[in-house]
Amino acid sequence: MNIKKILSKSVILLSLCLLLTLSLLENQKAYAFSNQVIQKGAVGQDVNELQSRLKFLGYYHGNINGVFGWSTYWALRNFQYQFGLPVDGLAGGTTKTKLLNATRNYKTDNRQNTAATGAGGSNANNQASMPKATNIPNGFSQNDIQLISNAVYGESRGEPFIGQVAVAAVILNRLQSPLFPHSISGVIFQPGAFTAVADGQIWLTPNTTAKKAVLDAMNGWDPSGNALYYFNPATATSPWIWSRPQIKQIGKHIFCK
Amino acid sequence: MLRGIFIAGLSIVIAGTAYWGYQEHREKNAILLNAENNYQRAFHDLSYQISALHDKIGATLAMNSRQSQSPALTEVWRISSQAHSDVGQLPLTLLPFNKTEDFLSNIGNFSYRTAVRNLDKEPLTDKEYKTLNVLYKQSGDIKNELQNVQHMVLKNNLRWMDVEMALASGKETSDNTIIDGFKTVEKTVSSYDQSFFGPTNMNIKQKDENFKNVKGKRISSKSAVRIAKKYMNIDGNVLEKVTENGKGSDYGFYSISFRDTKTNHEANMDITKKGGYPIWFIHSRSVASQKISLNDANTKAAVFLQNAGFKNMDLYESAQYDSIGVFDFVTKVDNIRIYPEAIKVKVALDNGEIIGFSAEEYMKIHHFRKLPVPAITKDQAKAKINPHLKIMEEREAIFLNNLNQEVFCYEFLGTIGEDTYRIFINAKNGMEEDVQKLKNTETVL
Repeated sequence: MNIKKILSKSVILLSLCLLLTLSLLENQKAYAFSNQVIQKGAVGQDVNELQSRLKFLGYYHGNINGVFGWSTYWALRNFQYQFGLPVDGLAGGTTKTKLLNATRNYKTDNRQNTAATGAGGSNANNQASMPKATNIPNGFSQNDIQLISNAVYGESRGEPFIGQVAVAAVILNRLQSPLFPHSISGVIFQPGAFTAVADGQIWLTPNTTAKKAVLDAMNGWDPSGNALYYFNPATATSPWIWSRPQIKQIGKHIFCK
Repeated sequence: MLRGIFIAGLSIVIAGTAYWGYQEHREKNAILLNAENNYQRAFHDLSYQISALHDKIGATLAMNSRQSQSPALTEVWRISSQAHSDVGQLPLTLLPFNKTEDFLSNIGNFSYRTAVRNLDKEPLTDKEYKTLNVLYKQSGDIKNELQNVQHMVLKNNLRWMDVEMALASGKETSDNTIIDGFKTVEKTVSSYDQSFFGPTNMNIKQKDENFKNVKGKRISSKSAVRIAKKYMNIDGNVLEKVTENGKGSDYGFYSISFRDTKTNHEANMDITKKGGYPIWFIHSRSVASQKISLNDANTKAAVFLQNAGFKNMDLYESAQYDSIGVFDFVTKVDNIRIYPEAIKVKVALDNGEIIGFSAEEYMKIHHFRKLPVPAITKDQAKAKINPHLKIMEEREAIFLNNLNQEVFCYEFLGTIGEDTYRIFINAKNGMEEDVQKLKNTETVL
């Protein structure tokens, strides 16, 4: 009698559990991905989801960082290949449905984890939605961006945006030139090269505009017209700088070859 | 009594101030000396390296066996790079010292190209021997001039800090030994003909293609404004400003800037005078949070290029920076990617507007070309690749090698472990032209 009672109770509990799981699964399915096509270079929650599911299936080996880089790209292509989908490296409707079907068990796992850790679990989820990585232009690092931003901000914070892009472009043009040192720090800290270095303004904290300008220059924009020098005619003291062939003026700066 | 206290207090204050001032003075001198020593080290090292360079080139000339020539040329390359780095640490930015730096970089290129070559199969040609001979003589002259300056510096206790002050203020000082010395070095170098370096002397010069492939008539500044408005999709109330390029530019262009009278946003664009082609534009506005996906933005960028008349553009790189999407396109003809013909498009992910465009590389290089035919098969090219690389993607491509020449290649994308590589195998001779490690995500620090 007692055993029967426990059994029936547990059956009811189990079925309830199952029902809950199913209904939640339905929910999960709808909200797992937004309806965007995810492509290489994308950042955000959808990429997290994609990486987690590809990792669950063993295609992706990296960290779940929310940035669609090369590892994610190859993982996705391998998945598409294995599942007979067109191999294009784009997570579109069909690919996402296939992936969701293949990882039916994935969310259940995750939810149990959440249930086990209680409130902390949802917290961890929220944290996972913040991108832990970032895209950077090929051949540069975050510290490079920071260093050039410092120089650009110190040199030209009062200038219009393209003037700041142009100053960043001059630094990058010098990097390519045989006449200047071959590293970013070498170019920036070359004695006498930048007034902001000489008077310490390079150590001011750059704002986001300066950083955006640096990213634009790194990504290939050069408003300076391939300049190697620039100067402010109001404050320039060296007569030599006036002898450089002038390309154009942006804001207060004259850009020269 | 009161006077006594006053005098005592005052003398304590004076003594304190004097002591403090003395400390400050000592500290300042220590720091100045430190900076001065850094300059001195770079300068004396430069002199040493140039003389080592001279000796090493001489040794290379005297060598008969090819086995020892390769390491010797590598050494020349290393020393020239060291000397170049020394120059970068001296306050010479405001001094015309370009020719000497050019010279060092040319020696570096020349010795590198010859050192990495298989000298057993392809020994130094007569012309290259001649070049080496000239380099030997030239480095000897520079060495002598520099040693003269060095001697004067040591004899007269000259300070680089004074040079820096003199250069920065633009004032002539009484003792210009160092500046004059470096000017003489510069003169010595420029008296030589630079043409003997042959195909290795490329550097930045190749970059200045000056839009010579661009066709069309010179346009007026009015039509430039019209073209700019069309590209940047500008209507409504704007203040416009057009300026022409300065005299020093290698090519003619108009810079057009618009300022929206309501929003105060600025939009800038450069257009070639010849033919009115777009070089680049940037809309300077803040971008709100992301509303459209990177993929939708990609479509918009592709449509924009199509409408602007850029045909056969193929996306090869896309990346999202906050709520801005940046897309790299290259020309693709008959399934061959032409990497030098690159165009970049920047899309705001809040409303899908094209807020940036750069076709500088494309405009400088784009021309009708006879498409090459590979001399080796793709499988032959594959055999040249490191067997550890797992090949994931393959195609034919034209790209600029490190001599700045366009080469026709098989391109392979592959992975070793978690790393992705792009490898170019010359489709004519099977040479591994370039291996690039691809990395464009980084963990947030």
